Amino acid sequence: MKKVITGDHAVAIGAKLSRAEVVPAYPITPQTLIIEHIADFVNDGEMDAKFLTMESEHSVMSAATAASAAGARVFTATSSQGLAFMHEMLYATAPLRLPIVMVNANRTLGGPPGIWCEHNDSMGARDSGWLQVYVEDNQEALDMVIQSYRIAEDKRVLLPVMPCIDGFVLTHTVEPVDVPQQQDVDSFLPPYMPDITLDPAKPALFNTLMLPEYIMELRRQTAGAFESAKKVISEINDEFAKKFGRDYGGMIDTYRMEDAEVALITIGTVTSTSREVVDELRKEGEKVGIVKLRFFRPFPAEDLKRVLSGVGAIGVFDRSISYHGGGHVFNEVCSALYGITKPIINHLAGIGGRDVTKEVIIKMFDLTLKAAKGEKVKEINWHNTRGETV
Amino acid sequence: MKIKDLPDDNLFTAGHTACPGCGVAMSIRNAIRILGKDTVVYVPASCAVVFGTTFPFGAWKVPFFHTAFENTGACLTGMKAAFEMKGKKVTAVGFAGDGGTYDIGLQSMSGAAERNDDVLYICLDNEAYMNTGIQRSGGTPFGAWTTTTPVGKKVQGNRRFKKNLADIVAAHEIPYYATLSIGHPLDFIKKVEKAMTFKGFRFLHMFTPCIPGWKMDPAKTVEVTKLAVESGMWTLYEIENGEKKITYKPGKMKRVRDYLMMQGRFRHMSDDDIKTLQMWVCKKWNLHYKEKGAPEVCEIAPPEEHHAVTEEHREMHGP
Repeated sequence: MKKVITGDHAVAIGAKLSRAEVVPAYPITPQTLIIEHIADFVNDGEMDAKFLTMESEHSVMSAATAASAAGARVFTATSSQGLAFMHEMLYATAPLRLPIVMVNANRTLGGPPGIWCEHNDSMGARDSGWLQVYVEDNQEALDMVIQSYRIAEDKRVLLPVMPCIDGFVLTHTVEPVDVPQQQDVDSFLPPYMPDITLDPAKPALFNTLMLPEYIMELRRQTAGAFESAKKVISEINDEFAKKFGRDYGGMIDTYRMEDAEVALITIGTVTSTSREVVDELRKEGEKVGIVKLRFFRPFPAEDLKRVLSGVGAIGVFDRSISYHGGGHVFNEVCSALYGITKPIINHLAGIGGRDVTKEVIIKMFDLTLKAAKGEKVKEINWHNTRGETV
Repeated sequence: MKIKDLPDDNLFTAGHTACPGCGVAMSIRNAIRILGKDTVVYVPASCAVVFGTTFPFGAWKVPFFHTAFENTGACLTGMKAAFEMKGKKVTAVGFAGDGGTYDIGLQSMSGAAERNDDVLYICLDNEAYMNTGIQRSGGTPFGAWTTTTPVGKKVQGNRRFKKNLADIVAAHEIPYYATLSIGHPLDFIKKVEKAMTFKGFRFLHMFTPCIPGWKMDPAKTVEVTKLAVESGMWTLYEIENGEKKITYKPGKMKRVRDYLMMQGRFRHMSDDDIKTLQMWVCKKWNLHYKEKGAPEVCEIAPPEEHHAVTEEHREMHGP
């Protein structure tokens, strides 16, 4: 059934369709609509779940972790400062192998205060042990909540997943969304049946103190689960596509890359605008394409190497800055493509919620095309920004 | 339940690595005997994680969970919600220290209390951050030496009084709050059993001497606890649906000095400081025990027993 809804509403429906059983929540703009909708579902009797009004995000992730260890399917959502506040608890979840799904509504973090879209919040959690997927539209937001549970609860993975949706651009913007039927979701996503829980009938000790002679193996296992996740993500993407008719490509998606001489790597909602720009530039004879980075953790290094093998230069869009020169995606791409001697040009835009217009994206392609032709181009470019860096 | 009826099912087994005479270990062991096997335990960062569960060993025979320091209330809320969704009848119990309750965990505890979540919160109060090496907490009494309230040339020991946690907890209007002492086992059993009969947020506040932190004889844990109660430093009472009731009233008030001198952490205290603490205890004593119309009690230690802080003293007792 098609509905015209916000991204937050789509996410809330995704959690309901996934039959989340415990939802600890704390409000933060622009995530609020998600938990408000879930509260409505629960209070109207449409969703059989415990909705817990916690007193902070740290307590949200604490309750989520404990509820998950006790055997429940857990959903929550946060953003920005909230994600930062629960940072400590993010690190407890992954080694405990708890398949929690938490949506992050991407928003500016820290000073100066701002509530608009930026990826600095979730990028700071990239090494906390959570899988991260960045989505392009409200449909993908809903679909990825459902897919995330399948990925998270797969015995080869058993890791928490964080779907990231662009604040306001998706959270508060309505789009037509095809809402799946409950029975179809039920047949795609069976109930969560963990092997070990906090059960007095089968007592187990979770998260004991660990000495140096054991802890390294545990880290290695977690890292191994991230490797396994790559295959699982692809399998579940295909299964979902077969069942629901929507194929997101898995770890990455591509647009008009078949004969592309220049590629722009995009993340989040900027992908949609970039598709239009590609179509226009193609009409002008420029052989350009897009690689949409979906999963940031695990990072699709092999996929990128494969799809970028034929291009002459690579542009990388970033909506966050790592104070290491460029943005987070740029740094990861450089690391993944180590040894490949083609120009990689970083395009920083949309930070703090500034619009990324077609003109800005055209500029990104122009610079990257110049680099492909051997012209000298700055490696790191702040687009649509006043003044010079100091 | 009588003492002789307490099951010896070893739900918290011998072989854990707590110090001899540890008040925390004694409290946990006896509480869990009363709570029984349909219990799931949350322990925040504390000695109890170290001495109870160092992989690949574990002293617990009931499920155990730990994640961080400041989140006992929230973790109990989360696990209880899951048990309720699954239709499981399980008691969710937290064993948090004074630091994890008075200080860093206060917000999380308050959240669970305010929501009146159906969990049992046990605070094991040894009056400082013992696991990290004896640093002052909001539960540290006036005058006490800790590594962050050292006995210096200018300032000696903790200059603040122990935080009134009981009133903070009680202000949440929870069904049951009680203070317990391992020196008073009948009272202890009764209160743990009683806590289990309520639905909602229940708080048991246990007084738990720490041998290295208090610099005391490991054979004297129970004796020190009893003296704490007899001197008024610790009072035994319960608040049931807002009604406060004293569960044990000592006879004649013992001098606080007698309690202090059993412990190295207090032995440096000047006469003036002991007098200050005694006044604080008297106020508390009158608040708890004075009957309407009865005269106020106050006992101030005589000055001749003054223990000056000498170099020799520092050598003997540490700082």
